Amino acid sequence: MIEIRFHGRGGQGTVIASILLSKALFQAGYQVQSFPVFGVERRGAPVEAYVRLDKEPILLRTNVYQPDHVVVQDHTLLQSVDVTRGLKAGGWVVINSPELPANMVPFTGFRLAYVDASRIALRNKLGTRTHPIVNTPMLGAVSRVFEMPPMDAIAAAIREEVPRETERNLKAAQDAYDEVRRVGLIEHNGAS
Amino acid sequence: MKRVVEGSQAVAEAVRLARVGVISAYPITPQTHIVEFLSEYCANGSLNARFMRVESEHSALAALIGTVSTGVRAFTATSGQGLALMHELLHWTSGARLPMVMAEVNRALAPGWNIWVDQTDSLAQRDTGWIQLYCENGQEVLDTILQAYRLGELVNLPVMVVLDAFFLSHTYEPVDVPDQELVDSFLPSYVPKFQLDPKDPCAFGSLVTPNVYMEMRHSIALAMDDALGCFSYVEDEFEKIFGRRYGSVEAIHCEDAEIILVTTGTVTSTSRQVVNELRAKGEKVGLMKLKLFRPFPVHDVRMTLMPAKKVAVIDRNFSFGSGGIFAQEIRAALCNAPGHPPIYGYIAGIGGRDVTTDVIKEIYRKTKNSDIPEAESVWMGLQEV
Repeated sequence: MIEIRFHGRGGQGTVIASILLSKALFQAGYQVQSFPVFGVERRGAPVEAYVRLDKEPILLRTNVYQPDHVVVQDHTLLQSVDVTRGLKAGGWVVINSPELPANMVPFTGFRLAYVDASRIALRNKLGTRTHPIVNTPMLGAVSRVFEMPPMDAIAAAIREEVPRETERNLKAAQDAYDEVRRVGLIEHNGAS
Repeated sequence: MKRVVEGSQAVAEAVRLARVGVISAYPITPQTHIVEFLSEYCANGSLNARFMRVESEHSALAALIGTVSTGVRAFTATSGQGLALMHELLHWTSGARLPMVMAEVNRALAPGWNIWVDQTDSLAQRDTGWIQLYCENGQEVLDTILQAYRLGELVNLPVMVVLDAFFLSHTYEPVDVPDQELVDSFLPSYVPKFQLDPKDPCAFGSLVTPNVYMEMRHSIALAMDDALGCFSYVEDEFEKIFGRRYGSVEAIHCEDAEIILVTTGTVTSTSRQVVNELRAKGEKVGLMKLKLFRPFPVHDVRMTLMPAKKVAVIDRNFSFGSGGIFAQEIRAALCNAPGHPPIYGYIAGIGGRDVTTDVIKEIYRKTKNSDIPEAESVWMGLQEV
């Protein structure tokens, strides 16, 4: 079983991203489960959502404590949230960021990838400068970095679940798939 | 076709497929998504029902008592404080022999204010004459809502379909949402045995004197007893069409088990994994899932648990001054059976605390290493305060 944790802020479509990913994974032949952090959501406040996937039916009905990978929809969260909490060694951290994070120490022992999902969203006229819609581009990046699910499954999930600006969301996801930078394993002291 | 849907949506899809005529509800977390989906279905025409927004849960149920009295299939959903506010009318619904279905999303009672899972809300209504069915996953929720209409309308009693807050209500997973034609063949239109009818005037709910009240109550008791056999019949019918059945209880690896865990709701699902892991290590452990709580399936419980050396009941609820409620009921079911196994009672996951595989393994280990159960329930994972 693989467990993925999404970090975002209320209003960034973090929960929707986890649902879209689970639908895409199901289309690609996986058993899936996804759920938000069980609490009260507020706009702008840090939120989490989770995806479990497996080839076998999923029996676990508990929170996720030691994810295999994490997806960070907003790099400003790095200042306030320990996004690698419980992350398994060698797990991917996929961050929406225009550049490599200034402080790489927290990523030691993990694999890092980043993509400027905010810029991609704006380029595709998704959201506004202060509130770009980054969840669909992040899924494109996820597809490339995790090497699953394939982009056609991501696209099918977007077509099913995103009734407005569907084509722009599809284009943004594909752009992020093409542009995501896979830095790879961060060795000791944050050097890649 | 299998689709990835939220637990709340599985409820709403079943209500749509059951072709209910009236939905009356007041929103409360964590039930909210259920009524949001249903109001959307009513608005977009995929469900041809009247959606009644009311000012309280008490009114929600009062409106449905009127609705079902006129011979219409009806639905409501609530949680925690909302169910508590319905209490008076819960008795009225069963006393008036009105079949209806409620989805009850288990939520802890306040104070402290808490929106997370805890079964004390629904279990505190165990004496109201509602049939109660506890569910484990989205598929079971959808299937059970459909079965609940068939069952309730057979015996003229209301049915509460109970699901865990968040771990089920807010969790997305693949669920087979059946075609309408299949559901229609399982669940035909509601034909009431009696109803308010201007062409045939009659009065309901008038004064009942001691010389007949007792017989009225006894007839409810008989209907509740009848519901046991009817549930099995409904499951037979359901299985013929959909190929799935659940049982009033489900016995998992119980045949040769020395210790049997007893669970309800989503803890069952996690416990399945724990039992698989422990079995792989040679532990003789079994699991009994309790689905039907009212009427209580005494015979099935005895058949399943009697061969065990010990029984460990996991309660996500508590009755102050007594103990875990499922443990009480299991004890009551076994106490007159000579040579019954000792019953160990554990309290876990109160107010939404996670019941992890480690918690369940610890319960198994404690039971295995103890010769006599504690007099009182054992609270798992209590912190020093």
